[in-house]
Amino acid sequence: MSSETLYDKIWDLHRVRELTGGSTQLFVGLHLIHEVTSPQAFAALEEKGLQVHSPDRTIATVDHIVPTTNQIRPFADPLAEQMLTTLESNCKKNDIEFFKLGSGYQGIVHVIAPEAGLTQPGMTVACGDSHTSTHGAFGAIAFGIGTSQVRDVLASQTLTMKKLKVRRIWFEGKLQKGVFAKDLILYVIQKLGVNDGVGYAYEFAGPAIKNLSMDERMTICNMAIEGGARCGYINPDEVTFEYLKGKRYSPKGASWDLAIKWWESLCSNENAIYDDEVKFNASKIPPTVTWGITPGQAIAINETIPSPESLNPSDQQIALEAYQYMDLQPGGSIEGLAIDVCFIGSCTNGRLSDLQIASQIVRDRHVAKGVKAFVVPGSEKVAKDAEEQGLDKIFKNAGFEWRKPGCSMCLAMNPDKLEKNQISASSSNRNFKGRQGSSKGRTLLMSPAMVAAAAISGSVIDVRKFYS
Amino acid sequence: MSENSILENSSLALDFMNQEHLFPTGPIVKVEGKCLYLNGNDIDTDRIIPARFLKCISFEDLGKSVFADDRIDQKGMHPFDQEQNLNSSILIVNKNFGCGSSREHAPQALMRWGIRAIIGQSFAEIFYGNCLSIGIPCASISEPCINSLTKTIIDKPNLPFNLDIASQSIFNSTESWPLTIELGMKEMLLSGKWDATKTLVQEKERINQIKNSLPYINQFNSLSNK
Repeated sequence: MSSETLYDKIWDLHRVRELTGGSTQLFVGLHLIHEVTSPQAFAALEEKGLQVHSPDRTIATVDHIVPTTNQIRPFADPLAEQMLTTLESNCKKNDIEFFKLGSGYQGIVHVIAPEAGLTQPGMTVACGDSHTSTHGAFGAIAFGIGTSQVRDVLASQTLTMKKLKVRRIWFEGKLQKGVFAKDLILYVIQKLGVNDGVGYAYEFAGPAIKNLSMDERMTICNMAIEGGARCGYINPDEVTFEYLKGKRYSPKGASWDLAIKWWESLCSNENAIYDDEVKFNASKIPPTVTWGITPGQAIAINETIPSPESLNPSDQQIALEAYQYMDLQPGGSIEGLAIDVCFIGSCTNGRLSDLQIASQIVRDRHVAKGVKAFVVPGSEKVAKDAEEQGLDKIFKNAGFEWRKPGCSMCLAMNPDKLEKNQISASSSNRNFKGRQGSSKGRTLLMSPAMVAAAAISGSVIDVRKFYS
Repeated sequence: MSENSILENSSLALDFMNQEHLFPTGPIVKVEGKCLYLNGNDIDTDRIIPARFLKCISFEDLGKSVFADDRIDQKGMHPFDQEQNLNSSILIVNKNFGCGSSREHAPQALMRWGIRAIIGQSFAEIFYGNCLSIGIPCASISEPCINSLTKTIIDKPNLPFNLDIASQSIFNSTESWPLTIELGMKEMLLSGKWDATKTLVQEKERINQIKNSLPYINQFNSLSNK
């Protein structure tokens, strides 16, 4: 059993009591809610005659269902409009702060909480969304929950949880030029598998991780869940503190020094005990692209699609399914595969630095004929900052559409969808069958730089060619 | 067959199973009924319930949309549409079932279709927790046992089974297979405490004590004056 890790320390501080059968009642320091997984929770609360325990620790926004073209109310889709009005009314009734459209604070829940300084080291963060693991980048324990648990957190600011084991994933070396945090996490999931993280929190550590910005760290923790790990985290350091300094909800003045002292004390000790340890060399990680229907079905840009025989027996059946669904053959290359749609955005890669990197690729170039390419900033703040830097113009001049913030085509609960069997190059997090809104739609996950490069060339291409 | 007619196909069974008084409540000691085998590893929650069906403020109508795209694609041949599987209450799956999104809509859709227990080689974590929180037992089974159990199901459709939580087994009149039900899940099911809200709100004083002990709340709280 792990001890003296950041995970252990935060867990102990938030433990209310032990429950029957080895579960713990755990206090939730920050509860983020949105329109998709909260309405049934509020309804259940009302049915049980319960109040919201800590409106002061709850923040709401709307992200999944918002259109990214026209956000004028009422929305064209009455179901989307109904979900938003329900959230508005639940927040109002329960005195919960709502980061509404047009406020300057709205955006994808996992983008807005960090950028506002809400997510801080040492917190437990829960949200009815699996990508809540993102917030672990700050040295928080952050995990996705279902609607019944949203109800429980609303009612008690606690939930029942089993303590996870901790696996440290250590990265020596340094990412090469043209290789990004997204490649790193796709590489890890490809190596460890999509379910090897079940029962674990992933601690990402080592020199290569220390070198990364907060945006990059969030990309990595965001996709811990795609490797089966409900939580991913990184010990807080100077990079974390620098990011948080001066943010809207960050501690200020004398409190700031107090906070840093406490945050530093939470880091995993040098002699911490881990349940498992894995090591990688970041210098050897190539640009990585998925070819199949799980995030683990990924290869280096210059590799060929694996044959079933080269895979573990338990991965063979889904590989067969993937060849058929993707209409790809074992032995074929991924580089050169023609694409129809390019999507830059999502809670994985919709932050300012993602857009900056992608804009450098497309500057003074143009999207290939027949390719639909669009950029969806992760939040209103990302959009504003990007526009101030003129990124919107660079993208538009290159033939991209510049949209309004939201989850967009990551999961297609809004008008942004693939059609028929279109292939998308996508900076999002899931390539499941039908994920992007068409039951035959095909998704290739890759870094925003790789998506930008694909948009320009009209097919999957090694982005390193744009840097040389 | 049109998309709608495929999804409406099992609606007769649904009318019966989707009545609230039939949903799990209180202590759960056993689940009886037919078994349905759904082959495949890594079946994600987007497949169990595609995102477009999440545009709702109630779980009520999700039952008929379970596995919507897979079923439309298989034109009535999907296990959830096959005659002999209608009215099944125990779902048998392979590895990493329910991976992906945290949407509780996935177990809700399965429950509203009629599923009351799931037996699998392994489950994704959030899905597993969501099942427990609505009273759907998830039991794990070894590879030899799932092979033998699914053989029996396929050889003899319509055979009734009994999944017993306390003894961690599933049996019919002639055969029995051992299961593993994790201790926490087992105790919560048997005691009825899987419906956790009541247990959690009892500890109000201790909750507030923990809340007020946290430095980010009692020392440098920027949310208090929001």
